[in-house]
Amino acid sequence: MPVTNNNNASQAKKGPNVQKGPGTKSTKAPSKKKDEDEAVDMGDGLDEWSPGKLLKPADQLELTEAELKEEITRVLTANNPHAPQNIVRYSFKDRSYKAISVVDQLAIHFVLEGSLLHQDSDEARRWRVKEGLAEENKTSETGEESDEDHAETVATPVEDGGEVEEAGEDDRPDSTVSKTDKEELKLKNQFNFSERASQTLNNPFRERRCQTEPPPRSNFSSTANQWEIYDAYLEELQRQEKNKEKQKAPQLKKDGEKMKRKVMLMETQSDDISRVGKASKIFERMVNQNTFDDIAQDFKYFEDASDEFRDQEGTLLPLWKFQYDKAKRLSVTALCWNNKYQDLFAVGMGSYDFTKQGHGMLIFYSMKNSAFPEYIYPTTSGILCLDIHEQHSYLVAVGFYDGCVAVYNLKVEGVEPVYKSTAKTGKHTDPVWQVRWQSDDMDNNHNFYSVSSDGRVVSWTLVKNELIFTDIIRLSVNGAMSEGSDGAQLPSIACGTSFDFHKQIDYLFLVGTEEGKIHKCSKTYSSQVLETYDAHTMAVDAVKWNHFHPKVFLSCSSDWTVKIWDHTINSPMFTVDLSAGVGDVAWSPYSSTVFAAVTTAGIVHVFDLSINKYEAICQQPVVAKKKTKLTQIDFNPIYPVIIVGDDRGHVTSLKLSPNLRKKPKSKKGQDLPKGPEVEVAKMEKLLSLLREPEKIPV
Amino acid sequence: MVGDDVEETLKRIEAHKGVIGTIVVNSEGIPIRTTLDNSTTVLYAGHLRNLTALAKSTVRDIDPQNDLTFLRIRSKKHEIMLAPENNFLLIVIQNPCE
Repeated sequence: MPVTNNNNASQAKKGPNVQKGPGTKSTKAPSKKKDEDEAVDMGDGLDEWSPGKLLKPADQLELTEAELKEEITRVLTANNPHAPQNIVRYSFKDRSYKAISVVDQLAIHFVLEGSLLHQDSDEARRWRVKEGLAEENKTSETGEESDEDHAETVATPVEDGGEVEEAGEDDRPDSTVSKTDKEELKLKNQFNFSERASQTLNNPFRERRCQTEPPPRSNFSSTANQWEIYDAYLEELQRQEKNKEKQKAPQLKKDGEKMKRKVMLMETQSDDISRVGKASKIFERMVNQNTFDDIAQDFKYFEDASDEFRDQEGTLLPLWKFQYDKAKRLSVTALCWNNKYQDLFAVGMGSYDFTKQGHGMLIFYSMKNSAFPEYIYPTTSGILCLDIHEQHSYLVAVGFYDGCVAVYNLKVEGVEPVYKSTAKTGKHTDPVWQVRWQSDDMDNNHNFYSVSSDGRVVSWTLVKNELIFTDIIRLSVNGAMSEGSDGAQLPSIACGTSFDFHKQIDYLFLVGTEEGKIHKCSKTYSSQVLETYDAHTMAVDAVKWNHFHPKVFLSCSSDWTVKIWDHTINSPMFTVDLSAGVGDVAWSPYSSTVFAAVTTAGIVHVFDLSINKYEAICQQPVVAKKKTKLTQIDFNPIYPVIIVGDDRGHVTSLKLSPNLRKKPKSKKGQDLPKGPEVEVAKMEKLLSLLREPEKIPV
Repeated sequence: MVGDDVEETLKRIEAHKGVIGTIVVNSEGIPIRTTLDNSTTVLYAGHLRNLTALAKSTVRDIDPQNDLTFLRIRSKKHEIMLAPENNFLLIVIQNPCE
């Protein structure tokens, strides 16, 4: 609007320069479009929209530079440009047209009919009169109402305690009353009442935002458990102790560094499979346990109920079978249970056959893992005997076919024995048939005895790194000195074939010979034997003292017999014929009258002399193939289990049924007496029965 | 008698009757030795690691001086045996013959 007006104005005013006149309203008179534009531009304070750019409307007048630069003077006057400049009126007095001198310069730009009345005008007064009447009525009414309302308002709070609606209603008449009383009447034109509103120009909103790079974040979570707290305390404690040590001993710094290096090496064994070594060992046992679960259950809990119906007889329940691949062609030549770890036993492998001599093996099995041995020691020569030390169950003495003896230490890594006898150190010239550990000598050195076909009984002492030997006795056919052995009358038989030491009397021991004689010897007498028993017609394979009774011992031989002796009497107390060569015999650790024997027929015989003197209470073949010969037997110290070795390299474990383990019955009212005494008494009773008829010479 | 023996023992276990598979997981949770296929291995290793940690936490929470030695899970089809040792985890899955 302003632009177009000015266009007209500028066009109109190009000619005349000055215009004066009173009463004209001022108009806006900018000089140039540029200024105007600039003014418009200046109005915009924001840079983004029009940074110095001119906005030209489409219908803008185009002028040349010269014209633009032309100066046009403008004068501000109070004249109304639209007012007529010469108004002529007919004057009747002068009877002519005359120009009016004064022209009305009033220009009305805007008219708005208002609704306000001047309070002193007639109309206002009239209106006021009208209103006044109404007011009086109203006021009287409202007055009354107000009184009532007041009463009501006073009442309502008491009654309702503030219901909004009622209070509102009350308020309205109150407010009108107050309004009418306090304020002056607003005189309103009741017909032309209009309302106008206008809205300001709203500037457009713009948003500006800035974002910084977020700080690096990471998630951390942890738990606070009983054990985490405990571990933290332990670490702290260790740290404190280390600090104390460092303070106390600066000299030991070097050692400390070495230790640290070792520790470092240990720690950097990452991804090394040997870190799961212990667990994998136990796992093998667990896997075996699962596979042989029924056997394990039998071993632990099965008691043959049918024993009650079987009179006195018992049975042997086969449990695990132990065999090692690499020892298949060897026979079991020695068996020994470990006293300390009663599930562990040692097996010596070799060969009894003179022609088939080769290497041997010392193998340790655990009942917990029947699939694979715990320890394996291959040897150059076949093993014929072994013994595990009673107190130090990691020491194993072994006798070889080539006459050597050796001591293995299970705690030491490696397959070599810790001690071995050589030709210089007095090894036997013939196979060593039996070794036995003895109690430590006076210097606390371990020592053991060995007996061999070369007729010597030798004592070996472990002194530091050496094996020192002492000949105890030299056996001879007549008693003391033995001539060179024949060796191979029958392949597996030789002179000095077995011995056993008395359980209580330390110096007393028995030696069985190839000729079938048993010599009772003493450690202290090296040239004389105490007694000789004509025991068997063939070589004595085993002699065993009774665990309980101090006088009784067993002997067995390939002449098919087992004989029980009282060492004070020259002839046997019992003789049992087993119809096959007896490989080995063993007393049971739980009863003085029970013993077991194995034969080359593959049968295990169990005898209980207190029940049946002449017959076995159990005769059971335990190997599958009939040609297998059983060579060794041993009772487990605590479990009712026996292990039997055969000439195929297998070891079979068997569980003794209840009938085989009978303990003496307790008398009514009496507590069960302690084992050894009872056992001794039992045996004594038996012997006394026998002694009477025995005294009669046959 | 150390490194080789462990290797041999593990081989024997793997060859044992009824054993379906063995997995050895290192301290970072990566299976370093397995006889099963990759997806199964990862599945077992992931789940059983969590279970072992939970079992260990339980045992130690009750008594901080105690520690978990073995965990055996018997299910209808298999028996899963776990042993956490030296931050490694040894897993054996066997089908116990019954």
